[in-house]
Amino acid sequence: MKSKFGIKEVVAIGIGTALFVALTEVQIPLGFIPNTALQPRMALMGFLAAVFGPIVGGIVGLLGHALGDALFYGSVWWSWVFPEAVVGIVIGLFAAKFAIKDGGFATKEIVLFNIVQIVANAVAWIVVAPLLDIVIYAEPANKVFAQGAWAFLGNIIIIGILGTLIAIGYSKIGGKSSSLSKED
Amino acid sequence: MSRVLSYEEKDTWIHRLSGVTKLIFFLLWSVTSMISYDTRVLLVMLVLSLVIFAMSKTKWQQVGTVFKFIMLFLCINLIAIFFFSPGQGTKIYGTETPLWHLFGHYTLTEEQLFYEFNVMLKYLTVIPAVFMFIVTTNPSEFAASMNKVGIHYNVGYSMAIALRYIPDVQDDFSKIKHAQEARGIEMSKKAPFVSRIKSMASIIFPLVFSSMDRIDVVSNAMELRGFGKHKKRTWYSARPFKRNDYLTLAFVILFVIAAFIITFRDGSRFYNPFV
Amino acid sequence: MEPIIEFKNFSFKYRSQKEPTIKDINLAIYPGEKVLIVGPSGSGKSTLAHCINGLVPFSYKGEITGSYSIAGQNPEKLGIFGLSKLVGTVLQDTDGQFIGLTVAEDIAFALENDMIPQPEMFERVARVAETVEVQSVLGNAPGALSGGQKQRVSMAGVMIDRVEILLFDEPLANLDPATGKRAIELIDQIHREEKTTVVIIEHRLEDALTCGADRIIVVGEGKIVADMTPDELLSKEILQREGIREPLYVTALKYAGCRIAADSLPSDIRKMKESGSLEKYKGQVGEWFRQTTVPERKQNDEVVLEVKNLDFAYTSGKPVLRDVSFRIHKGEMLSIVGKNGAGKSTLSNLICGFLMPNSGSISLHGEDILNRSIKERGESIGLVMQNPNQMISKTMIFEEVALGLQVRGVAPEEIEKRVHETLKICGLYPFRNWPISALSYGQKKRVTIASILVMNPDIIILDEPTAGQDYRHYTEIMEFLKEINKNSGITIVMITHDMHLMLEYTDRALVIAEGQLLADEKPSEVLTDDVLTQKAYLKRTSLYDLAVGCGIGQPSDFVDCFIYYERENGRKKEVES
Repeated sequence: MKSKFGIKEVVAIGIGTALFVALTEVQIPLGFIPNTALQPRMALMGFLAAVFGPIVGGIVGLLGHALGDALFYGSVWWSWVFPEAVVGIVIGLFAAKFAIKDGGFATKEIVLFNIVQIVANAVAWIVVAPLLDIVIYAEPANKVFAQGAWAFLGNIIIIGILGTLIAIGYSKIGGKSSSLSKED
Repeated sequence: MSRVLSYEEKDTWIHRLSGVTKLIFFLLWSVTSMISYDTRVLLVMLVLSLVIFAMSKTKWQQVGTVFKFIMLFLCINLIAIFFFSPGQGTKIYGTETPLWHLFGHYTLTEEQLFYEFNVMLKYLTVIPAVFMFIVTTNPSEFAASMNKVGIHYNVGYSMAIALRYIPDVQDDFSKIKHAQEARGIEMSKKAPFVSRIKSMASIIFPLVFSSMDRIDVVSNAMELRGFGKHKKRTWYSARPFKRNDYLTLAFVILFVIAAFIITFRDGSRFYNPFV
Repeated sequence: MEPIIEFKNFSFKYRSQKEPTIKDINLAIYPGEKVLIVGPSGSGKSTLAHCINGLVPFSYKGEITGSYSIAGQNPEKLGIFGLSKLVGTVLQDTDGQFIGLTVAEDIAFALENDMIPQPEMFERVARVAETVEVQSVLGNAPGALSGGQKQRVSMAGVMIDRVEILLFDEPLANLDPATGKRAIELIDQIHREEKTTVVIIEHRLEDALTCGADRIIVVGEGKIVADMTPDELLSKEILQREGIREPLYVTALKYAGCRIAADSLPSDIRKMKESGSLEKYKGQVGEWFRQTTVPERKQNDEVVLEVKNLDFAYTSGKPVLRDVSFRIHKGEMLSIVGKNGAGKSTLSNLICGFLMPNSGSISLHGEDILNRSIKERGESIGLVMQNPNQMISKTMIFEEVALGLQVRGVAPEEIEKRVHETLKICGLYPFRNWPISALSYGQKKRVTIASILVMNPDIIILDEPTAGQDYRHYTEIMEFLKEINKNSGITIVMITHDMHLMLEYTDRALVIAEGQLLADEKPSEVLTDDVLTQKAYLKRTSLYDLAVGCGIGQPSDFVDCFIYYERENGRKKEVES
């Protein structure tokens, strides 16, 4: 796994984080349990990780979530910041396989992307987040696991639909178009 | 009242502190309040937070909206804890002192009340620290501060770029949203779920793709001006350390050590008044 | 003297392309020269600039043949960082180049990367900020700056390294005419005072020539087509052939049948007047003016949109628009002009319903529309954004154009019929099954116009429809708009700071300055009015100087005559060829 970290990655993290923070308030509420809503910013992060790799994905998740929380909600819920980075890192690890920039994001890659994102979200929200909640805040286990499961569901839905769509769209932009001909 | 927290220039000793000092203070303060469940420590922290907050001359208008939001969130969370686990307090403190039987197996106990009071304290002690950090630290100093506490300047500069482009991206977002609304795409809450995601896609697509172009422009501009040339870099807006910075750091480090000693002296992170 | 930039039998081929973009060029630029590089888009002029600043081959990989040197050194050995000490580049996109959170930080960026200690940075930033006159805004964020200020910050940011070559990539593209003129004057001042070599890439030749240039290099299809003084170049037919717009007064002289000689100093109309060289063309120009009769234009009296006493402010006490009233008639082509940030976009935002006015009314066909939603207004008033990439949300052309109808629940057969019709009007029908990514920028612009046109609006508002386009694409887009205006009677409103556009393609101009409607007049009147152009940050057209210089008493009639002649004769030829 080649992990390049040049200027492009620095800027990708910067602009990616800016997008992530700007989208913090753009939410599609899901239900009553706090801190859970469909978050388009998750789809964005999943997409960036899939294009730029684990470092960009992880740091956008970490900085974006911490900064977004701090600016909009005046608190930083570290137990939910770190899992965000986990999702970015795990999806990013497979960036080369998705070949989004080369226009190779087809059925096989879409399936792989979704398997990876479901696993990444499972690890992050069903394992890491609840454990951190228990360790840090001594919150009741059944509550944090329910919350985590809820976040897991919301995130796999939004990344699965919106994240996949963005990746397909961007892949088409980068793709070759040599076989085009004008029609009458 | 501002919807988002933002830096406001003022001249207090807190504003004059280096961003590094405030970042370290903020991080240590957060860690302490996360780990300690000692009511006495948390209460002292809360009082100190409020004192510092008052000294920063931060006005209610700067933080009011955000504060109300947190309070709402906190209440929901406290109620949720009770409904999920009314016996969590008993589990932690080992005793059961029922106060009021509600229904089914939901009984309000003194232990539960005390436990949730501590949860509340933990949140409340962090809020002024976050407010302070955001409202009194010039964003220009963020990157320099992160670099100084040992984070590579690449990441520090990513942060600077993020802060630089947040307003631009927000602006793009509302421009794109308006143009798409004019084409007939509605963000209405009444719309069915799938069409809401589709509408969202029609805004996010152009936003993300034009941002991808921007990544190229900005990285070219940075490269042309020598970014990444050396292993280190200096910062125009870094604030040099002064006496107050050392005093503040000394204070927070001593405080954290004391807090940890008090918290863990009896072998548990919980302060237990029930035994 | 040794050249500071030298290319010898130099070619460059991008890795992803089959053909070289730069083909076997020979070019020498000497220290202290000011050189203009012009050429249509795709000619290779940007690639040439990238070769000078090092983006080629360090960021954009490819294959170099032949040799080149910058300040006597081999760029490939210097690397991009070594080159950045010699060549300072001011990019076209000032928002992209503005990296710092504040003006001072952005200027200091190169110094930070060089690990210069803070006290020295303070001093050097203060000094260079004074040169470009941004010392009073050092603490401002980019959002609080005008376009011209941002550009000056970019200049300061590269000048701080005491570079030997300043390279400007289309410095005029995003500026209003008056600010653009100031930018050119500042570049000229720096060139004279600091003895820096200046290379300007720009296709707005007339504006770039405001302060003269030592040489103009014309690039076409990867080759150097011409390399001569401005006077010489303007006496030849090279520019027309390469699709670069000549200064208007030169075109006018040619229309009048004058043969322009290099020694009559055609690169500057003022010099032509002062040196008396204009005298010999006087007779012909006067004759041509008398012979060309401009027919009276008939106007449709039917009012489509009426704005009455509109007031708007984001925060009370700071009005953005004050008491603005005007009427737009059916089938008009109209321009809204004025300084960047004067309130032009606010006005269109109010009309589209993105903002609500504090007082006043907006009515469409006599009906008040203030209580209509954005979506409802969108059915009669279409808005085309400046950057097509910010509007396109589908990957296929058909889907993008169909989007507005689909969300309104139009039947699929009806959608297909209307989309195909619209694509035919827009000349996109042969591409209907193409992905949008395969289109050029200008074609994408057409797709966005098509996606609005398909909804049959009464009015289309276009924000800077030709920004960043070279002359050929500009003509293409504008002729296309004129066509749909003529054929479907749709009313077209354009927000612009392109004076050529307002002059040549609109019948009326609304001039906005400081939130007020200053004038509602024929563009030829506006651009020959000194007071008005100054207040609105426009620039008086050079045709005015030509008319006055040739002793013509009614400069605005002369301008009308020119425009009429061009519409009837000049433009057609160009489109055909």
